[in-house]
Amino acid sequence: MKKTKLFAIMGGFSLLMLSFIFMSLDHIDATNVAGTTSDIADFYAFEGDNPDNTVFVVTIQGILAPGVVTENASFDEDVLIEFNIDNTGDFVEDLVIQAIKRGDSIYFFGPSIPNQTGLESDVLTSAANHIVQISTIEETFITNEDGMSFFAGPRRDPSYFDFNRFIDIANGIAAPEGFYPPGESTDFFVGLNALAIVVEVPNLLLGAAPQHILESQGNINGLPPAYNVWVSAKRKQ
Amino acid sequence: MKPFKLNVFVVLMLSALMFVQCKDDDDNGNVIDLISCDDGIQNGDEDGIDCGGSICPPCQGDQLNFDGNFIQEDIAGRPGVNIIFGITDLSKNNYNVSEVANRTIFQEDFQEVLKNYYDIYAISLDIPIAFENNILHWNAETFTTIMSNYDALQVAPDGPTTYYDATNNLTFTGRYLSDDVMSFTLALMFGGADGTRFDGNNGTPQLTTDAVGPGDRDFTLPFPYLEDPLTQE
Repeated sequence: MKKTKLFAIMGGFSLLMLSFIFMSLDHIDATNVAGTTSDIADFYAFEGDNPDNTVFVVTIQGILAPGVVTENASFDEDVLIEFNIDNTGDFVEDLVIQAIKRGDSIYFFGPSIPNQTGLESDVLTSAANHIVQISTIEETFITNEDGMSFFAGPRRDPSYFDFNRFIDIANGIAAPEGFYPPGESTDFFVGLNALAIVVEVPNLLLGAAPQHILESQGNINGLPPAYNVWVSAKRKQ
Repeated sequence: MKPFKLNVFVVLMLSALMFVQCKDDDDNGNVIDLISCDDGIQNGDEDGIDCGGSICPPCQGDQLNFDGNFIQEDIAGRPGVNIIFGITDLSKNNYNVSEVANRTIFQEDFQEVLKNYYDIYAISLDIPIAFENNILHWNAETFTTIMSNYDALQVAPDGPTTYYDATNNLTFTGRYLSDDVMSFTLALMFGGADGTRFDGNNGTPQLTTDAVGPGDRDFTLPFPYLEDPLTQE
C-alpha cells in the first residue's frame, strides 16, 4: 500500500518534471521557451563597484558548451530583453531598460517609463539610447556613457547548482538520501557558458526605492528600501 | 572564303581580344554606386538607413527600425521559482507569460508542490513529516505566497547586496553573483525554524543544501563582473 502510494507520487512527479532535462534557476524552465533565443537562464541585481550604481545581469540561452556552440550562439533581433524596475511597490514596472540586437551591436533604451506595462511592449526609441558592440570569445567591448555601462556577449555561466540531483529529488528517486554530500555533488553549470547582457545604472536614474516588500508581506523588520526588479524576454509578433 | 582572308580575319579577331578586359573601370570615377551611405535608403548590408554594416558608420538608435509589438515569452525574478514550484509543464508555461502583479492563481499550486516534496520523504522514511515554519518564520502559505505573488528580486540602492546573510541578519537586498541562492531557497523549504531540519545529519535527508559551491569561479572582476567564456571543449 505504501509502495503503491510512493509510486503514485513518484509517477506524478516524474510527469511533472519530465521537461526538466536541463536548467538551473530559470534555465530552460518550461517547454515553450526551452532552447529558444528568448529563454532566460538567470537574473542578478546588485550594488556595483560604484556603490551609487545598481547592476543588472541577465544570462540567456544558457547551457552553451565551450567552443563551436558558444561561438555560434547569437542574440536574436526579434527578441526584446527588458529589465523592469518597480519603484512604487505594486509590482508593476515603472521604468524599463530595453536591450535589442541590430547588426553587430545591442541597442539599449532607458531607463524610461514604458508606453504600456505588462505582457506587451514596444521599443522606446525616443528614450535615451546607448550602443555596445557585441563581444566575442576573443574580444570584449564595453560602452561607458552618461554614467552607465553596457556589455553584451558570451560569458562563463555564473550559476552553480547540482541540477541533475535536484531533478532526481523532484522525481522522487532521491529519497530518502536527498542531495549528495560534499565531494559527491556535481555543479551542472561549471563548464558551461551563456550569453549575457549587463547594464550598470546610477541609482539616481531609478528613482527613490519603496519600502521593502518583505517588511509588510514577510514580517521581516529592518530591511532597507528596495526596488522590485525582474527581467522579461519578449518576441516581435 | 580564301585561306588568306580567313587568316586575316582570325588575326583581327584575336587582336581585338587584347583590348577586352574584365575590369570595369571605364566610367572614370563616374560609377553610380548601387550602395552608398547617403542614398536615403537601407541597402547592401546596412543595419539601418545609411548606417551600420561593413561600409557605413554605426547606426544611431533613431536610424534603425525598431517597429513592432513584442510579447512576453519568458520572465525571471527570484531564482528557481518556476522550476521548483511549477506544478505542471502547462503551469510553468503559463507562469512565463504572466504578469508579476497577477500571480495569485499560482499560490495554491505552489503550496501543493511544497507538500508533495514532503510527501515523498514522509513515505520513504515512513514517518509523518510536513513543512514547519522556516528561519524567516514563514508558514507554508506565507512562503508560497511570497514566491508566487512577489516574484521579483528586491534590490536595495543604499546598502550592501545579499540574498541572505545570517551574520548580519540581512535578507533579500539583491542577488550578487556569488550568493548561494539555491541552498538558501532549499533551507527555506526544508530547514525548519533553525535552517538545519533536513540537513543530512542525524539520519535526515540532505535537503537544505545541494553541497555545490561556486568552485573556481572568480566573482571579484570589474564590469561586466562576469568571467570570459570558457574556451576548452
